Amino acid sequence: MINLNINQKNYELDVDPDMPLLWVLRDVLGLVGTKYGCGVAQCGACTVHLNGDAVRSCVTKASRAVGKKVVTIEGLSENGDHPLQKAWLEVDVPQCGYCQTGQIMSAAVLLRENKNPTDEDIERSMEGNLCRCGTYLRIHKAIQLAAEMQRNG
Amino acid sequence: MKSSFLAGGGLMISFSWLPELALANDTIAPEGWAELTGYIKISPDNTIKIINPNPEFGQNLMTSLPMIVAEELDVDWKNVIVEMGPHDNVKLGPQFTGGSNSVRMYWKPLRDAGAAARQMLMQAAAETWNVPLEEVTTKEGMVIHEKSGKSGKYGDFATKASGLPIPKGVKLKDVKNFKIVRHSKKNVEGSKIVTGKPLFGLDYTHEGMLIAMIHHPPGFGMKFTSFDASEALKMPGIKDVFSIKLYEDGYEQAGFDTRSFNDLLVVVGKTTWDVMNARKKLVVKWEPAGDTKDYAGGRNGKREVIVPGELETTSTQLEKMQEYAKKPAQQLRKDGDPEAAFKNAAQIIERTYNAPFLAHNCMEPINFFAHVTSEKALMVGPQQGPGWSEPSLSKLLNLPADKIEIQMTRMGGGFGRRAYGHSHFEAALISKKVNAPIKLVYTREDDMTYGIYRPMYTATYRAALDANKNLIGFHVKGGGIPEHAIHANRFPAGAVDNYLAEGWSIPSNITIGAFRAPRSNFNAAAEQSFLDELAEIMGKDPIEFRLELLKRAKEKPVGKNNEYDADRYAGVLNLIKEKSGWGKPENKKYHRGVAAYFCHNSYAAHVVDMVVKNGKPYVERVISAMDCGIVVNPDAAANMVQGAVIDGIGNAFYGKLSHKDGVPEQNNFNRYRMIRHSEAPKKVEVYFVENDIDPTGLGEPPFPPVFGAVANALYKSTNKRHYNQPFLGEPLQLNNTNKKTF
Repeated sequence: MINLNINQKNYELDVDPDMPLLWVLRDVLGLVGTKYGCGVAQCGACTVHLNGDAVRSCVTKASRAVGKKVVTIEGLSENGDHPLQKAWLEVDVPQCGYCQTGQIMSAAVLLRENKNPTDEDIERSMEGNLCRCGTYLRIHKAIQLAAEMQRNG
Repeated sequence: MKSSFLAGGGLMISFSWLPELALANDTIAPEGWAELTGYIKISPDNTIKIINPNPEFGQNLMTSLPMIVAEELDVDWKNVIVEMGPHDNVKLGPQFTGGSNSVRMYWKPLRDAGAAARQMLMQAAAETWNVPLEEVTTKEGMVIHEKSGKSGKYGDFATKASGLPIPKGVKLKDVKNFKIVRHSKKNVEGSKIVTGKPLFGLDYTHEGMLIAMIHHPPGFGMKFTSFDASEALKMPGIKDVFSIKLYEDGYEQAGFDTRSFNDLLVVVGKTTWDVMNARKKLVVKWEPAGDTKDYAGGRNGKREVIVPGELETTSTQLEKMQEYAKKPAQQLRKDGDPEAAFKNAAQIIERTYNAPFLAHNCMEPINFFAHVTSEKALMVGPQQGPGWSEPSLSKLLNLPADKIEIQMTRMGGGFGRRAYGHSHFEAALISKKVNAPIKLVYTREDDMTYGIYRPMYTATYRAALDANKNLIGFHVKGGGIPEHAIHANRFPAGAVDNYLAEGWSIPSNITIGAFRAPRSNFNAAAEQSFLDELAEIMGKDPIEFRLELLKRAKEKPVGKNNEYDADRYAGVLNLIKEKSGWGKPENKKYHRGVAAYFCHNSYAAHVVDMVVKNGKPYVERVISAMDCGIVVNPDAAANMVQGAVIDGIGNAFYGKLSHKDGVPEQNNFNRYRMIRHSEAPKKVEVYFVENDIDPTGLGEPPFPPVFGAVANALYKSTNKRHYNQPFLGEPLQLNNTNKKTF
């Protein structure tokens, strides 16, 4: 049995402590907004927040999350209205959409720590998130827009 | 067009693609929805539900196809909700997403459906109000009779309208009056995407569902001889380990039945993690399969195909290609007397281009859900063409087609990869075997090493110039493993008096298939690089050189069957010339490359502006010009072009799938280099030629010329022509002669 706090809810789960958080979220809890893309921390589709840090849940053992707060895309905002989510819709970023929740979760950490990110800051923070459809331009623009929305409250 | 009365009220009407067949789906519209044509449902509160027929993998057709219906129906887009349609080829057409065909194929049928439904609503109102139909009009979801001052919502008349016969040949709107089409609309699934709702195949779940994985041979041309599952079976959560044969001996493969391996080891368990772990405990003995036999179906009947058993290695493949390139090949097109032109030439320019296999690398790995019983099958997952996998499923499961229900999920990328049905069949056979609902999941490694890859290509281009540097002969000879890429009737065919195109191929056990703009994605790299070099040698501007050739092709075309429209081709070149400020001094800071290409009935041109960033070539800006006829959803279309540009730069710079003794050398993103955020251009400006031509393709056409434009910019940047892909990283090493041979 391990105890996990996910999106401000406590769960007591009978899972292998070595099971990556990704599969706990997807297969055990049905929180499928966190995506499987590579399993080796190369694509960023599985990005979640662990105590506020962006981590790749595909290589993060469930045991590592014990006693910490996990936030997934489902818990990023109450009504899907995080500035990034709003900006993503405004810029109409997605094509296939598969990588986008991971992109948003990576960007959310950047924006929390850096209210006014430069192009280079965005590039550095987003380098680990792949998009085969090639929406990087719009992702970049949406992050800038969200930062602006955040600054203007 | 078909119509039929149903018990229980209402009329179901459908624009049938197979007019002589009865309706496949005779269910009654639910919850008070009145159904008008297979594509439209209207509720009493005037909500308009539009059914999207085609599976979505990122082209935004969940939005753009319903826009076409809404336009002719004359409704307020705000009141429209979109639903993914069921698989029903009779009611909803071909339902194939690929070949940049969705908008092109559905343009007329969807306009007809919207216009017919609007007319039926008008007729229902006219009958209710007892006024002549000619005096009734509509405005954004309202039916109006001005004379009497009467008006009502579509929802008020929908039930009555659904009982009327479908009018034929209803006059369509003048395209100049479009209010929805040609106006950007946001992705209707945007909110679900950014909040992580279960949209994708991998997100699908079902009561009692188990997870299945396939342990396929490590390399192409291999098979297992024995396996020991005793340790794997002891692992937690594991239900079963067994082998399946995908196709029985003699099975006649339909076009999209391509599969890499036939004998597969399967592990079934409770969670993905359980199955992943158990797989590691399998003890399997592999050996070369030797030559095997396949049976291909098709128009010419069942045909035996020998699949060679050699365990292939990239360097050997390259040597073999060189050898084959010297042999006589199949003549694909000949105009004039190319032999004489080359014999009499004052100068011959010859260049050879090579490109490796490419993996699709859809972000969502291959997966499929199946629940098969002795009576029926439920299939759910990402797929580009349910209509193609259904007949094969029917054969493989021995179930009639009407007992197979296929549901289409949103796809995390497709790019051609999900046109192939093998994963559906595998899932179905596994479900049947374990007698339970299962979801087949490929790991990234499975996905990348069980590829239906873009083939490996080569092409040698030759140009004959006279003493005045006029182009008097053109020759292309292309080959590949296991197919060549040559489109013999495309530019510059039609523009050169003496022209020869030839092709050859080498059989292989490495499976290949459609990859975003098949064949074109290599041709546009090779041919457009060659034309650039040719222009330089001839002392001409690369855009002007192409325009001269196109002028010739228009005014005095050479030969027959030229696929392209020289005017439209020149149109995108003229537009790119203007929008890129071609030749303007302010752009001197860039190493610029230009390329243009025609495929999938559309025209694309790019100017790539390259700089050096951190000591490496970097594409900072791209200007794109497209002619795809009427642009249905402009901002979404621009998004797709921007994506194609970035995808193109990534594949041109880094894309490579190589083999050693049959084993793919890249199996995940740590070895297969994909373009990343910082490598994407800062800006991709997209311009569309404005015309009123019915829409043609857009998903594929912008992709191929990116490779050529990148190659041409790289030349400016590095002073070296790049003939071998990928251009950065480790290009294919071939003894590239690139010199005059006679």
